[in-house]
Order: sequence, then C-alpha cells, then structure tokens
Amino acid sequence: MKTYKIHILSIIGVLALLTSCGNNNGKNSSNGALNSSAAEKMYVAPGEQDDYYAFMSGGYSGNLTVYGLPSGRMFKEIPVFSQFPTSGYGYSEETKPMLNTSHGFVPWDDSHHPDISQTNGELDGRWIFINGNNTPRIARISLSTFETEEIIEVPNSAGNHSSSFITENTEYVVAGTRFSVPIPQRDMAISDYKENFKGSLSFISVDPEHGHMDIKFQLLMPGFNYDLSHPGRGKSHGWFFFTTYNTEEAHTLQEVNSSQNDKDFIAAVNWKKIEEYVNNGGGTKMPANYAHNIYDESTHMATTTMKKEVLTVDPLKVPGAVYFLPTPKSPHGCDVDPSGEYIIGNGKLSADLTVHSFDNMIAAIEAEKFDGEAYGIPILKFEDVLAGTVKSGGLGPLHTEFDGKGNAYTTFFISSEVVKWKLGTWEVVDRKPTYYSVGHIMIPGGNSRKPFGGYAVALNKITKDRYLPVGPEMEHSAQIYDISGEKMELIYDFPTHGEPHYAAGCPAELLAPKAKKIYRLDENKHPYAINNPGEAKVVREGNNVHIYMSTIRSHFTPDNIEGIKVGDKVYFHVTNHEQDFDVPHGFAMIGQNTSELLIMPGQTKTSVWEPKQVGVWPFYCTDFCSALHQEMQGYVRVSPANSNIELSWSLGD
Amino acid sequence: MKKASIIMIIGSLLLLGLFIYPLWNIQLGAPQYPEPLGMNIYINGIKGQSEFDIQNIDGLNHYIGMKTLPKSSDMWEFSVFPIVIGSMAALGVIIGLLSFFKKVSHRWFLGWFILMTVLGILGMYDFNAWMVDYGTNLDPNAIMKLQNPDGTPMSYKPPLLGHKKLLNFDAYSYPRLGGYLMGLGMLLTLTAFFIGKRSKKNVYEK
Repeated sequence: MKTYKIHILSIIGVLALLTSCGNNNGKNSSNGALNSSAAEKMYVAPGEQDDYYAFMSGGYSGNLTVYGLPSGRMFKEIPVFSQFPTSGYGYSEETKPMLNTSHGFVPWDDSHHPDISQTNGELDGRWIFINGNNTPRIARISLSTFETEEIIEVPNSAGNHSSSFITENTEYVVAGTRFSVPIPQRDMAISDYKENFKGSLSFISVDPEHGHMDIKFQLLMPGFNYDLSHPGRGKSHGWFFFTTYNTEEAHTLQEVNSSQNDKDFIAAVNWKKIEEYVNNGGGTKMPANYAHNIYDESTHMATTTMKKEVLTVDPLKVPGAVYFLPTPKSPHGCDVDPSGEYIIGNGKLSADLTVHSFDNMIAAIEAEKFDGEAYGIPILKFEDVLAGTVKSGGLGPLHTEFDGKGNAYTTFFISSEVVKWKLGTWEVVDRKPTYYSVGHIMIPGGNSRKPFGGYAVALNKITKDRYLPVGPEMEHSAQIYDISGEKMELIYDFPTHGEPHYAAGCPAELLAPKAKKIYRLDENKHPYAINNPGEAKVVREGNNVHIYMSTIRSHFTPDNIEGIKVGDKVYFHVTNHEQDFDVPHGFAMIGQNTSELLIMPGQTKTSVWEPKQVGVWPFYCTDFCSALHQEMQGYVRVSPANSNIELSWSLGD
Repeated sequence: MKKASIIMIIGSLLLLGLFIYPLWNIQLGAPQYPEPLGMNIYINGIKGQSEFDIQNIDGLNHYIGMKTLPKSSDMWEFSVFPIVIGSMAALGVIIGLLSFFKKVSHRWFLGWFILMTVLGILGMYDFNAWMVDYGTNLDPNAIMKLQNPDGTPMSYKPPLLGHKKLLNFDAYSYPRLGGYLMGLGMLLTLTAFFIGKRSKKNVYEK
C-alpha cells in the first residue's frame, strides 16, 4: 500500500513537471504563428475591468473618448467642444453657454491634446484638459463626473495647437498659437506678415481648489508657427519648451516656403521669471474679447462671462526669459523626459531626432554663448545645447513618450513605425511597424515625472485595410503594444472615434473609486428643479410656459398638459428623481427643433419646444429605463393662439 | 457566585448594542444589482444599507404593488422595542447586582433568560407577521400581478432567516451585529445561570 502511494506521488510529480514545461514554452513562444500570448495579454474577461484608463482626443469630433487598456474597449464619449445630441450637450438650455465664444455660438471644434492634472509632476486625476484647435479654446473636464466643466477662449491665438499642456503642479495650462496673426487683429495686407504678425503663448492659471482657469499672461513672440510644447519637470520645472516651424515667416505656400531653413527653433520659456515680472506689475493690459464658460455641478447650469482684457508680455522686457534652441528640420513634437534633462525635438522632415540637454542649455546661457538673435531673442549655439542625436533609420519622427525605465518611444509618420531607444546612449533598441502612419503615441503617465509604463498606444492617421471596409470614410486605427519587456509586442489593433491626436492614460485605481454614480437631489440647486414629483407644475409667463417636470420609473409628472398655444415657447425643465446608479431618463418631444435630453439621476435639464401646429402631441422617455419604459410617455394639447383653454396639468387624473 | 453575577451583568449590557447596531438585515441582489440593495433593521426603525437603498427598494416594489417601507413613526414596534430592550438590560443588571451582593439566587438569571426568550419569540412572530402582510397585502392595481403555478397570487414575503428567490431577486435575511450581540448576551446570562448553579453545588459539597 505504501509503495502504491509513492508511485502515485511520483506520477503526479512527473505530470507537474510536464505541465510546467508546457507553460514555459507557451510564455516564450511570442513569435508563434497564433501568438496566443498576445491575445492573453490584452484579454480582459467578461466582468473584469481594465488596468488603465485612456483618454483619446476626438480630433475633428471635438470631443474626448474614454477607453480601457489593455482591452481597447470604449467606455464613453465626453462631449467637449461639439454639440452632442446623445445627451443634449450644447442643445439643452443649461449647456448651450458652454459653446459661446467671441464669434458667437460655435458648435464644433478640433480637439487635440488631452493632459491630466499633476501634483509634483505625477498624475493626480483631478481633471483632464484639452484644447480646441480651430476657435482657440481650452476645456477642463472633471474626472469624477467625466463631464466638461469649463471652457475658456484664448484671444490673440489661431490654430491653438501647442496646447493644452500643464506644468508640474498644474499651476498653468499652456496654450500656444500655431498660426501667427496680427495682434491685435486688424485690417492689413496678408503679404505684410513678416515682422508684423505675432505668435502668442498663453499661460492660463488653474485654481488649485476649483480648477477655474484664468489667463495670467500672454507672451507675444515673433511670428513663427508654435507647433507643440511640453513643460519642464524636475530640475527644469519653471521652463516650458515650444517647437517652432516657419521661422521663414512665409505667408503662402507654407508647404514649401516654411521648409527652407535647415533649422528652426525650440523656444525655451522661463515662465517662473515672467510670472515674477507679472506679479510685480509687469506686462501690458490689452483690450480683448473672449468667452469664459463655467458649468456649475450644483445648479447643473453653465454661464458665459465675456472677458474684456488680457495681460500681454513682450519677451524683450524680461531679460533671460526666452531663448531659442536651434533644432533641425521643422520640428513637430517637443517632448521632455521624466527627469527633465532631455528636450527632444522631433524633426519631422528628418531621419534623426535631436535631443537637447537642459544642463547644457543652462551652462550656455550662463556663459552667454549666443549665436546671434531673432527679433532680440538670444539664439543658443546648436552644438552647445545638443545632448545627442538618435540615428534611427526611420523617417518623419513626430512624437516621443517615455516608460520611466530610461527608454523613449518615438513615432515615425513617414516610415510608419515606433522606435524604442535609450536615453543617454541614443541607441535604438527595437522597432515595430504601425498600421499606418502613426501620429502620437501614449504611455500611461508617459508625459510626467512618473510614467506607469505597461502599454504604449500608437494612434494612426491612416486605416486602409485594417478592418472590414465601410466606404471611403473610416475611423482611425490604433495599436496597443506591450512594452513590459525589452522588445515591444503588438497585442491589439482597434478603431478609435474621430481622429485621436494625443491621448493621456492613468491607472484605473486613480479614478475608478471616485467616479460619481449619481447627483444628489438634495444638492440640486437648479432654479427650475423640483424636490419631489408633488411639486410638479406648469407656469405661464406671457408666451413662455415653464413646465416643472419630474421623471421616476416609469412616468412623467405631469404627463397630461393642456392650455399650450401655438406661438408659445415651452420650457420642459425635467428633473430625474432617481437616486440609483445608472438609471437615466430621456426626454424627447415630437417636432422639437433640438435634440433629446438625457438626464442623470438627481439632475435637471431643460429643453425648449415651440409648437407650430394645433393638436395633441406626445413626448416620451428615450432611455430604456425599466420594464415599463414603453409606458413612459405623455401628451401636450396645443390649441390655437387665440384659444381660451385654461392651463392644466395632471398625472393619473 | 460573584463570577456568575458579573457574567450576568455583562450579558445584559450586551443588549444595549441594539441601540447602536442593526438587529437584522435583508439584502436584495439581482443581475442588474451586482451591488445588492439592502435594509438594516434597527430596534427603532429601518435604514438603507447604502444611503438611497430604501428609496430604491420602494421604487422597485411599486411594480408589484407592495407598500412603501415603514418609517419609524408608522409602526408602534419602533417605539416599544427600545423600551423593552432598555428595560430588560436594566433588569438584567439589577438582578446581577443583587446576586453579587447575595440578595437573590442564580435562579433569577434563568427567569430573566426565559422572559427574554419569550419576548424574543414574540418579536420574531411580530416581525414575521409584518413581512407576511408586506409581502402578500398588495395593491390590487399593481403593475405586475404574478401568480403561482396553482393560480394563487404570488407572495413576496422575504425569508425570516436565510435565502429566498423572489422573481429576479435573491433575498437574504440574517441577523446583524446588534442581533448577534443580543444572542451572545443571552447565552452569557444562561452561562451565568449554570455557573451559579455549579458554585452553589460546590458550596453545599464543601
């Protein structure tokens, strides 16, 4: 009996050995035809959750989409600069002011570069900022409600592209102009561009408590194109770096005329110095006109304030505040490594990457080793500030991100690949193709002092044959690479929404625990909110009729309304009285010249309807809220303009 | 005997936990409620396990025509129970003290225990009767009028103890900390009785 037991044990032992060998083989066979380990790495089983949030700009959708990594699943589209009929953003009376600008109501923009707020150079998950490129604006989005809370217009700017990057403690969100323009705007010949146009770099302060934005100062720079920017961090905290192109100051056929100089500049701006200058009363107040829109979570309402003045700073008035670092071949991306030492200029018409050293730059400035000046701004010698050149063999470098382990990952648009290289030795470690023509790359926390690594997401400009064809217009493709090993491994490929430019990512545990589930009814300060369905009423003020309406599963209070007349302007103020997670109600009225409303628990939203025809017109709930959702409807009786029908409302007679 | 008296006093005092902690808890989980809704039953009223659970349970119950959950002022029990529990705790302490000073015998401990058990059974009977009424006395105009296979109207009475499937919900009914403290307290008073009995016997033997 005893020997029998021993035999069984030894058999089990052998089996264990066999299976463990099998496992090891599986893990090492990443080059296998089926590549099963890649599928495992991105697989998030049903009911499980992702490790990271990824926020991808929507580009020409004007919005921001939220994804999970490594699954590539999309969780939400957050409306920012564009009207969003899905929720009523930009259509509801409360949110229309969010899209006000000095040009009037602008229902769309081109959103590019999201950046998560930081404390001590590390992501803190309070807010995410994003720029509107076309009608220059910066938005702040809450990372507890995942809704846009604030939009500030940026005056004296055009093509708000080197934005919206934040400093190490979220002191400032920075917005630079891509197109230089006359400042102030005036009627003048376009051909007089050179020496007359200016490029503004705006430093927008962020209130540490509420996040409210305010333009602290605008630096009026020579009329170049300020393409991208990033903050200094660690030892270079206090500086901001902007790539420039079109230092030729061409005003037409820029494709050719802006590509003549062998080197353009990275502008290094010592914002701490300018801040001090401004705090001591420096700068010139200039008349301006720009919108500042704030959404208040307690009133569920946005308001617009038109601001009439902006403080401008002439860089020549603040000695030592701005220097130019010559950088080859119309650099695009301007990236700073986690230590703050290396400033990388991605020369988009080049095969090489130029890496400048912050220490070299400071040494050159202190030694006053200048190589002339541009419009009075000292130019440092290329050789003096250069730390190294990455000879990559790729073509068209655009953007670089970091993993916090001494590696950098640069995208190459023209040769369609991601190249991994080592900071300091400039040696290329790995390269992997992208599909196709990659723009930005994102590593969670990759633009901070503490990158989280894990995955890199390549955001491509061209899709072609990656997915089933859907006609000429396609969503853009993205690829996820596992970057935990020495070599990158492509683990997933998925379509994104709009045209993501940059993205920002952070660990799930930074945001998930504080994500809001409902709005509290007892904190609802909307002037047209009602505390309970019993307070529902209809009030006529001349031709304006205000309906104080309640929704709770599954009925409207009131659901029968009479006494409305053709020519009235009817405001449906709908309060969702649910206090249960994920129970929104919708509201839609037949023939309404606006979108539906999607009202979250505890929220109040307002929709306007101007009935034009006599009749009895139904409205209904658009969100399948319960088993009785189909019953969630009501009627409004519309009588002729001269009718004497009394205003009345009811529920259940 | 001193030891038994102290145990009697501690046991009686444990009843006071009911003024802080819930006596009982009923949880309702369903596929669309991965985080179950729940109510904590205190001797002086019912509270949601999470802040809005009562409102949400009432919201769901309106489909099947159940009455809304009672507020403290709606049921006499919620004003009487605290008095009963408070009095029993006081009585237990007094008995313990009297026994400590050898004024009464350990038999009083058993008397207290029996009285408390009777009261407890009455309380459970009352609780069950309320649940029967709550689960079967339904609004005739309810949105959903469901029947058992034999044609009788379906009842939604939650279980007195344990688990029961109610439509898409899994109902779980168990004591909570206050209830467990009360149980432990009663067990201690019974223990006090037996210790008292044995020490008396020992005295006789000596």
